[in-house]
Amino acid sequence: MVTPTEWLALMEALSRGFAGNSLVSFYHLSRSLLVKTEALFDHFDLAFREFFTGLEVPPEIFAELWQWLGQESLRREIGADALKDLPQYDWETVRKMFEERLKEQKEKHNGGNRWIGTGGTSPFGHGGHHPGGLRVGGEEGGGMAVKIAAERRFKGYRRDVTLDVRQIKVALKKLRHLRRTGSRLELDIDETVDKACKNAGEIELIFTPEHKNDVKVLLLMDAGGSMYPYAKLVDRLFSAANSVNHFAQFNHYYFHNSIYDYLRPEIDGRERIPTAQVLKELNPDHKVILVGDASMAPYELFMENGIIDYYDRNETAGIVWFERIASHFRRTVWLNPMPERYWRHPTIAAIGQVFPMFHLSLEGLDEAIKKLTAF
Amino acid sequence: MKDFTRYTGTSDYIVSEDLQNDVNVSIALGRPLLIKGEPGTGKTLLARSVAAGLGQELLTWNIKSTTKAQDGLYIYDTVQRLNDSRFGGNDVSNIENYIKLGKLGEAFARETQVVVLIDEIDKADIEFPNDLLAELDEMKFYIPETKKTIAARQRPAIIITSNSEKELPDAFLRRCVFHYIEFPNPELMEKIVRVHFPDLAEQMIQEAMTAFYQLRETEGLRKKPSTSELIDWLKALLAAGHNGKVDLQKNLPFLGALLKNENDYEIAARQRQAFQKRSAMTPFRR
Ligand SMILES: Nc1ncnc2c1ncn2[C@@H]1O[C@H](COP(=O)(O)OP(=O)(O)OP(=O)(O)O)[C@@H](O)[C@H]1O
Ligand SMILES: [Mg+2]
Repeated sequence: MVTPTEWLALMEALSRGFAGNSLVSFYHLSRSLLVKTEALFDHFDLAFREFFTGLEVPPEIFAELWQWLGQESLRREIGADALKDLPQYDWETVRKMFEERLKEQKEKHNGGNRWIGTGGTSPFGHGGHHPGGLRVGGEEGGGMAVKIAAERRFKGYRRDVTLDVRQIKVALKKLRHLRRTGSRLELDIDETVDKACKNAGEIELIFTPEHKNDVKVLLLMDAGGSMYPYAKLVDRLFSAANSVNHFAQFNHYYFHNSIYDYLRPEIDGRERIPTAQVLKELNPDHKVILVGDASMAPYELFMENGIIDYYDRNETAGIVWFERIASHFRRTVWLNPMPERYWRHPTIAAIGQVFPMFHLSLEGLDEAIKKLTAF
Repeated sequence: MKDFTRYTGTSDYIVSEDLQNDVNVSIALGRPLLIKGEPGTGKTLLARSVAAGLGQELLTWNIKSTTKAQDGLYIYDTVQRLNDSRFGGNDVSNIENYIKLGKLGEAFARETQVVVLIDEIDKADIEFPNDLLAELDEMKFYIPETKKTIAARQRPAIIITSNSEKELPDAFLRRCVFHYIEFPNPELMEKIVRVHFPDLAEQMIQEAMTAFYQLRETEGLRKKPSTSELIDWLKALLAAGHNGKVDLQKNLPFLGALLKNENDYEIAARQRQAFQKRSAMTPFRR
């Protein structure tokens, strides 16, 4: 989100001529002042491309901004009064449009021809001419800037799609909020020395509650067949969680589509541990992260003996086990690698009723962690 | 645009036009410039170049996990004072003797404009950047012990680097000009290499660059080699007298200068072996 502070900074920079007369400079300038993480550069590129190649942008706004940016006079000093002439509503509208476009683009990824290159109906399309003399599509003018935006060089930095181990670790580290806990006191040497100095040498011992990290994490991962496309992602999540060595305790188990009477400690091992035992052994403080696509045949989730491994049996339906887990632990989340638009599927919807469900992307992970750390 | 000194790069540092502009915008608007980018892409060096380019002094504040915002402003050295009071020394009644300005404090107190580098801000506690907001906005702070205010005579240029180990708070980000140093493309990299090695044989540059970018593409590397590793590697090659005499396509000496992670080293070494085997099997194709 662009805040007023940032917008005003851009206005100031523009009024002082930093964008010169070129849309390329404007592209860089506005990006530096409005977007503060490379993760959102790609969103910015999309918005920029839409806006400046855009044909269905209400012409008045576009023309006004365009003129204002492109005017020869801008190269000369633009006076403070000229800046005042730029009415407030302009910003609001522009910002709203900016956000709307962003949303729009998220919803239909293929863009469609509404946004890009329908050509012809507006004086601002590719190859058109601006009355003020800036050629869109020329080397120096808008075309170049739009091309830069269209390259989408920062696609790989988006956080809503990519997830590497380091990113996950950064996210997971937020779990380990250090808290001063318990009643054990430890001598705070720094504070003691400080106090003694301030008291001109009078020694006063300062004790503070023990500083300790008490975050315990239980990771339950679906290793079923439909999860295959996401295996790498889950693996990364696991290795990240495993290497965050600040958890007081870290347990993990695998399951197959749904959780039933047993969990597996190893992804392809034979060993099985009764789910009930795990629940008994782990206290409710564990923060539980379940990972799975939650997609299966309804009977696998809702019926006794619905288990997909047909030589196996389960006396209790999967959904009941999920409910038990949800009620035993205080904080649980479900991470689903499937895009949200599929979440109406009956078993996904049912599991989503039991656990707060988030998309397995960096954004989703951040949200999930907020949920896990909330009081 | 004539109302301030402009940074236009220095001969020992290759800087894109966008980055130059961002430096100038940040100085003109009096907002800190936040620099991110892969390790070794010249974030720290930028500050040195800006200071040199503007003919100003550089004050570097290196951030560690234990650094507190207060350390950059001033420290009241109570331990020294206590020591002096017991064993004699300075005038203990004058607290001012025991107030030591931090890097930011020093920058504010200078008569002339300086450049301040806050290096690797993400190493500090998550609250650290927020604790500096007011001081960075107003460029002044108050010392209660001496009842004095230290205010900048000349707003220093402030350059802040981050390796994204932690996310930075929004309130802090809002105030910054942000620049992400992209990994240099081969064209830019060639310029950087020439800055460091003006006499390098053309063929060696080309071969080294090809090998380097290929190596970066290796699947599964934990840490891709960056500009600084390329420079180190070339130094090693030169020191060993390889200028233009080795076919870097065939073998890569001093691979350890490029890949410092043991795991990565093995991955790359294995891949090169496979590659060599393949080319050995097709001796007739040219
Ligand atoms: N644009 C450049 N021009 C000249 N040399 C460069 C450039 N970029 C990087 N280098 C070389 O790379 C080395 C590393 O740069 P620097 O220490 O500034 O990187 P950094 O981004 O601060 O890395 P880190 O994140 O590890 O602190 C420099 O000493 C220099 O040799
Ligand atoms: Mg550095």
